[in-house]
Amino acid sequence: MGGRDTDIILLDENGIRSDGRKVNETRKVTIKAGVLKNANGSAYIEFGDNKILVGVYGPRDVHPKHMSNTSTGILRCRYHMAPFSVGERKNPAPSRREIEISKVIKEALEPAVMLKEFPRTAVDVFMEVLQADGGTRCAALTGASVALADAGIPMRDLVAGCAAGKAADTVILDVNNEEDQAGQADLPIGYMPNLEKITLLQLDGVLTPEEYKACLEIGIDGCKQVYEIQKKALQEKYFSTGDVKNG
Amino acid sequence: MSNEKNRHVIPGEVITTGSYRSEQNTFAEGEKIISSIIGLSDIRDGSVRVIPLTGGYLPEDDDLVIGKIVSHSAMSWQVDINSCYEGMLPASDVFGRDFSSHSDDLTSKLDNGDLIAARIVNSDKTRDPLLTISGRELGKIDSGELMYLSPSKVPRLIGKRGSMIQMIESATNANVTIGQNGLIVIVCDDSNGLIKAINAVELIEEQAHVANLTDKVNEMLESKSE
Repeated sequence: MGGRDTDIILLDENGIRSDGRKVNETRKVTIKAGVLKNANGSAYIEFGDNKILVGVYGPRDVHPKHMSNTSTGILRCRYHMAPFSVGERKNPAPSRREIEISKVIKEALEPAVMLKEFPRTAVDVFMEVLQADGGTRCAALTGASVALADAGIPMRDLVAGCAAGKAADTVILDVNNEEDQAGQADLPIGYMPNLEKITLLQLDGVLTPEEYKACLEIGIDGCKQVYEIQKKALQEKYFSTGDVKNG
Repeated sequence: MSNEKNRHVIPGEVITTGSYRSEQNTFAEGEKIISSIIGLSDIRDGSVRVIPLTGGYLPEDDDLVIGKIVSHSAMSWQVDINSCYEGMLPASDVFGRDFSSHSDDLTSKLDNGDLIAARIVNSDKTRDPLLTISGRELGKIDSGELMYLSPSKVPRLIGKRGSMIQMIESATNANVTIGQNGLIVIVCDDSNGLIKAINAVELIEEQAHVANLTDKVNEMLESKSE
């Protein structure tokens, strides 16, 4: 990090980014809930050029048995990138990075799920990145919370994910792969919009306190935009036909 | 936020604010009552609950369930009740109090793969739910058509005070046993009636969230009766 020299113009004189977005604009996000028949809950999310499939199983028996907790259910997450998700073939074995992302997503979802009602069980979340273009952890988190809701796991709130960052000395929303590689900072945020609580916050790069505040502010704003799409995806699956009584 | 009686809600959505009791599938956050699940909100007599539209089956006391024997030990059977917990049926429930693990063979009464209608006696979650098959309409199921319905849609199949299931049974002359866990056994001597009853259950599975479902099912039942 720290701004590598590249030929790409990350921000032109009109304030337009390399992929044609404005500085405070997210990529196009589409989510579809309930795409897998064999999983208890599922979601497919396209976050710009990121394509991620999420399957949720459970609550179900815990194997190995020693992992089970007699006072609460447990959450297990697996973030995995398909070999064809990136330009050069990715070794399908879990990498250090994937293990880390699985862990932070698990910790970002834990404040939302209410597993006290299911002692001695596990809820498994499998996130499969089919195509990656920067910001997959936020996209996977966003998809995972839709899939959990689809599975009927009680939740305090949905968790929406969106990153903010800094490229070409400007604070930008929703960092893509180019901006992540050539930019100066990346700040992924997981946010529960109704409870107004942050569940994931990481920072790669260097920001001044002022820039950090600005990033956090537009990042949360981005999460709220993503939340509206999550909400729409669930409403589409469950309430689209028949009488419309949406609140 | 409107205080309409039934609303579609998703996790995290505020159902209402004020002094309400938070019941099934909701929680209170200060003054707000928030839904924890996808479903229909229901505000009644100062209490708020959400009727779920998705999710698995959680055993509750006195529920009638249909289960499959998956294994047995010297003292009990293990029963798959389509839930995250496996049901336990003690041998003494079937053999009586003078059950002896030496002289009585569990498989002589119920073997692996057998289907039973059982009632849940105890479901405190610290151990597997306890079942009983002593009671009216309980016990081994020998014949009938087994069907699966999403557990969250079982209340729709039963209907208000059993209206839906009564309608289906009277129109098809079928006998329908509904397990709260989503397993259903339909017994009918008339093959046409059986097909109609199966279609009705399938219709409910597909369109459980649609209003005036009773009319639609009734329409379907009558349309094919010529």
